[in-house]
Amino acid sequence: MTGFENFAFSFLNMKVMAQYLPQIAQGFVLTVWLAVLIVVAGLASGLALALVRSFGIRPLNWLIIFVVDLFRALPPLVIIVLLFFGLPAAGLGLSGFAATWLSLTLVLMAFSEEIFWAGLTSVHKGQWEASRSTGLTFTQTLRHVVVPQALRITIPPLTNRTIAITKGTALGSVVGVSEILGASQSAMSFSANPSPLMLGAIAYLVLFIPVVAFGRWVESRFAWKR
Amino acid sequence: MRNAHSSPPIVQAHGLWKRFGALTVLKGVDLEVAEKQLVFIIGPSGSGKSTLLRCLNRLETPDDGAITIDGINLLSPKTDINKARQRIGMVFQSFNLYPHMTARQNVTLALRKVLGRGKEEADIAARHALDRVGLGERMDHFPAQLSGGQQQRVAIARAIALEPRVMLFDEPTSALDPELVGGVLSVMRELRESGMTMVVVSHEMAFARAAADTVIFMADGEKLEEGPPAQIFEQPQHERTRSFIRQIDRH
Ligand SMILES: Nc1ncnc2c1ncn2[C@@H]1O[C@H](COP(=O)(O)OP(=O)(O)O)[C@@H](O)[C@H]1O
Ligand SMILES: [Mg+2]
Repeated sequence: MTGFENFAFSFLNMKVMAQYLPQIAQGFVLTVWLAVLIVVAGLASGLALALVRSFGIRPLNWLIIFVVDLFRALPPLVIIVLLFFGLPAAGLGLSGFAATWLSLTLVLMAFSEEIFWAGLTSVHKGQWEASRSTGLTFTQTLRHVVVPQALRITIPPLTNRTIAITKGTALGSVVGVSEILGASQSAMSFSANPSPLMLGAIAYLVLFIPVVAFGRWVESRFAWKR
Repeated sequence: MRNAHSSPPIVQAHGLWKRFGALTVLKGVDLEVAEKQLVFIIGPSGSGKSTLLRCLNRLETPDDGAITIDGINLLSPKTDINKARQRIGMVFQSFNLYPHMTARQNVTLALRKVLGRGKEEADIAARHALDRVGLGERMDHFPAQLSGGQQQRVAIARAIALEPRVMLFDEPTSALDPELVGGVLSVMRELRESGMTMVVVSHEMAFARAAADTVIFMADGEKLEEGPPAQIFEQPQHERTRSFIRQIDRH
């Protein structure tokens, strides 16, 4: 066999690929689910923390900053492993899926809180004053004047961060989640052929190229146009 | 000139003190504004004019003193400040329009959320206010699509739509190109003719001469001189007032 034939047999083996396609398709669906759940919960909790922080209640803000820094500092894999192997010892068993979801949600929450917070504080003080001077309350001003402006400028960095973190779903393979990478790996050991990995890579591309393109579009669309 | 003594002053501020850290910005300032009067405040930069104005709607809280506006004790903890602010309009040097909202939405926001008006009713009031500042045709423009002068007029419409009892203007034309100043001043002129009570911080001396009932000169957190425009501009008592007016007139 020539070098290329050798490579083709190992990595582009159609027979093996066809055989394990359904498994990897399932992994694809699982990855999408996991990613969607992480994005929804992570962004919602990040925004909630930033809004709470804007009320300026000192001890609460210290707590928020501590939690945010903690989850920004820890490598996501460490959090996943800790939650998966550590929590059962504390009497709280989590499935691999739940541990991965919770870990990446916390990481996205932490990063998005910082981005939302930067967005909220970037809104000019004059906006607050104009709104309050017409009789709107703090909360009404936050909701109708400040948050809409903050969201607009947070969209590009948020999109990038969200994409980066959803790619972390591959880490779930470490704790037995059959997402794309996990499904590919087990297919690879069953078939003793690495072609399923190739299939997995293709699945990631199919999933993330549109997402990355969307991120690029969002970035150009919202780039400081007012 | 209108009679300043027919009814109690709408704005009554007494002995206002304000410190920022070690810096004392207001040193026992008094201010009274009778209904339908226009009080014009001048003074060098940093003399506390903005701070005084901002105390009058409690964007700043004075450390000491008393403020009553239209019978409401502004500094009492029992006062609902959001309710009080409906009656006190403010216009800022930097316009501060909401950039994500059209001119109409800028005006209707408080009408709907503060006064609780329905959408249609608020739209009618917004159109009326925008017509008054000559921008009825620009209702659906965003601030970025308007000139500075137009933005400032929308900001005035946003304030007057709430039908305030007093309007506070903090250097409303200072951020404008010279050719846009006139449009804003004529709107203010019209407001004054219609009987609005106004407190104006500005360097537009010609406007003060034509429209002010009282001119106040402030320096270093104190009211140094007060009187009708003719007196302050033609026969200032203090050397500081004199040199300040000379300096401004040269511009
Ligand atoms: N929020 C603040 N914190 C600290 N210093 C302030 C604040 N607001 C105003 N000052 C200071 O108070 C002084 C008076 O300011 P201001 O009332 O804006 O004067 P003016 O409007 O007459 O120029 C200035 O020295 C200014 O730097
Ligand atoms: Mg000022």
